[in-house]
Amino acid sequence: MELTGAEIFVRCLEDEGVEYLFGYPGGAVLNIYDAIYKQDKVEHILVRHEQAATHAADGYARSSGKPGVVIVTSGPGATNAVTGIATAYMDSIPMVVFTGQVPTNMIGNDAFQEVDSVGITRPCVKHNFLVKDVKDLAETVKKAFYVATTGRPGPVVVDIPKDITAVKCEYHYPKRIKMRSYNPVVKGNKRQIIKAVDLMMSATRPMVYTGGGVILDRAAKPLTEMTRKLGFPITNTLMGLGAYPATDKQFLGMLGMHGTYEANMAMHNCDVLIAIGARFDDRVTGNIEKFCPTAKIIHVDIDPASIAKNVMVDVPIVGGVNNVLKEMMALLDESKLSPDKDVLAEWWQQIEEWRAVDCLKYDKDMESGLIKPQYVIESLYNVTKGDAFVTSDVGQHQMWAAQFYKFDKPYRWINSGGLGTMGFGLPAAMGAQLANPKATVACVTGEGSIQMNIQELSTCLQYGLPIKIVCLNNRTLGMVRQWQEFFYQGRYSMSYMEAIPDFVKLAESYGHVGIRVEKPEDVLPAMEEAMGKYKNRLVFLDVVTDQAENVYPMIPNGAGLNEMILV
Amino acid sequence: MRHIISILMENEAGALSRVAGLFSARGYNIESLTVAATEDPSLSRMTLVTRGSDQIIEQITKQLNKLIDVVKLIDLTEGPHIEREMMLVKVKAAAASEARNEINRLAGIFRGNIIDVTSNSYTIELTGTGDKLDAFIQAVGNEEILETVRSGVSGISRGDKSLSL
Repeated sequence: MELTGAEIFVRCLEDEGVEYLFGYPGGAVLNIYDAIYKQDKVEHILVRHEQAATHAADGYARSSGKPGVVIVTSGPGATNAVTGIATAYMDSIPMVVFTGQVPTNMIGNDAFQEVDSVGITRPCVKHNFLVKDVKDLAETVKKAFYVATTGRPGPVVVDIPKDITAVKCEYHYPKRIKMRSYNPVVKGNKRQIIKAVDLMMSATRPMVYTGGGVILDRAAKPLTEMTRKLGFPITNTLMGLGAYPATDKQFLGMLGMHGTYEANMAMHNCDVLIAIGARFDDRVTGNIEKFCPTAKIIHVDIDPASIAKNVMVDVPIVGGVNNVLKEMMALLDESKLSPDKDVLAEWWQQIEEWRAVDCLKYDKDMESGLIKPQYVIESLYNVTKGDAFVTSDVGQHQMWAAQFYKFDKPYRWINSGGLGTMGFGLPAAMGAQLANPKATVACVTGEGSIQMNIQELSTCLQYGLPIKIVCLNNRTLGMVRQWQEFFYQGRYSMSYMEAIPDFVKLAESYGHVGIRVEKPEDVLPAMEEAMGKYKNRLVFLDVVTDQAENVYPMIPNGAGLNEMILV
Repeated sequence: MRHIISILMENEAGALSRVAGLFSARGYNIESLTVAATEDPSLSRMTLVTRGSDQIIEQITKQLNKLIDVVKLIDLTEGPHIEREMMLVKVKAAAASEARNEINRLAGIFRGNIIDVTSNSYTIELTGTGDKLDAFIQAVGNEEILETVRSGVSGISRGDKSLSL
């Protein structure tokens, strides 16, 4: 039977097993929205701004492991989606974004709501397509999902002109797809893996450093098993938190600019560095010239271009993290090799000395009566028993959440690490809540970030999403202010948030619950109320925190990992 | 170091802009770039001349390989290879002047072909390495030249080695 392009589009999503389609209608996609109206397999989530559609799909993808799917109209619909696409691209999140386009005969004519979506998104997508013939539509959709979800994942944009959605052809959705130009390597080279294991066995001061790749490849289990078996210290990047249980003794905390002293010192002093699914980002390495001066480096990554990009490595292994870890484990089991316990004990003794510095200490007594932001995160951790999905925006609150919420389980920490997109947290929480309807989803944010996508409170009401917004309200753009204090002699240029709205009233006007917290002793009860009495409601916790608090420890620009500023 | 990278890619709209965009976004330089369909119309072959340290060239080839439209590529400068560039050059050649004879002789020495003649000018087609084309321009002299157009470098490996599917 012949179907219209719009019907084919919807059938493709059904056959791909898409649960949720995040989007916003408009002229170029009206045929598609009509087809959406006539079916009930794919649920459309109507956001209030296209940027939020992409972030919500992103949060859905990160928390579920399935690709996020978005539809927006042409022109401004597409350009509004770009920030979310770039966010997903930087963090390698599988996402397929469909953009409406003006009819093919109008393309290039500066038609109403026309932009070159393929051109605009090209530098921030894994790949993109313009569908020029309805006969190519189904195959292109299949290709888009295939490319987005395999290899190093990433967003894929499919631009669909309006006339394509109206004409008819036979529908056939390919089960499998083969592309001669795209065959990602997933299996690591055996010889390199043997070399890596040998090097690991010879280490006297080993260190495991893992990133978002472990999360993306759902490889937390083999990573944890191997690290436990070896008894090596381990650190996770901001993107990799949760891959190894944070409350475990072998875990040294996050590394990098606001990482722990023990993690950064262990990095700097290690003799064998085992980097897994991490890309030696500048926020992790500090001054690259001073990075891991005594280490031989093993680097496992699915993307060959990530290897030897910033840091030269001794044993590169291109392959899926999951596969490679399993092969490493098999080798270890087979050979019955294990690291020298006495040598390791000496290394651990050194690490414990660093750990004793207690770099994350803060004024827990709060006798001044001001609420310390770290305490708010610790309270959230305690009230949710460490089991919540936590999304964040970008800034100080993001760092505190990463430092103080101890993620024992993977896929629960959702933040914009690469692009650092303010406004990410709330829509990402919507996606996470839809993917995990029974779980507690908290959005840790600040009074600056939350205002960048505040309109989504309306979406949350429409779909009954009981997100807990924890707003660390310090009346300033905290991270900007911190840098201005440290490096610009306290000239607080534009970092002060004037005319902040009454968030309680704002939440109420959107039909939610708002609670303002001004005293340290009220933090815990307010959280308990939010998770208990208001379990099924969205609660906006507006927590007034100490404005002067800064994120410590910190590696200043140009310094090495061993040159941290402590509290 | 100068490198000549030969790329086989899907002959799709936008493929060229992906390569050009990659180079500008990552700050790599392109000295020349030529592209046309191959004997298989579904494939384009691109020859790209760039410069950079070994590390940068490694990144360039890896990043190019990451592009979904790129099917295969080689760095021709890693092995014996031949490179050629074509130039069309229009020069002054007034009727019955000494210059007219001189240009004719020079074209012969450089194994060029005179492909268009007017009473005042010659247009010469010349193929060779970039150096040879530069040498011809120098021999003729800038004052005599009305215009030049160069194709950019095309290259191929010597021997049995070939870039194909």
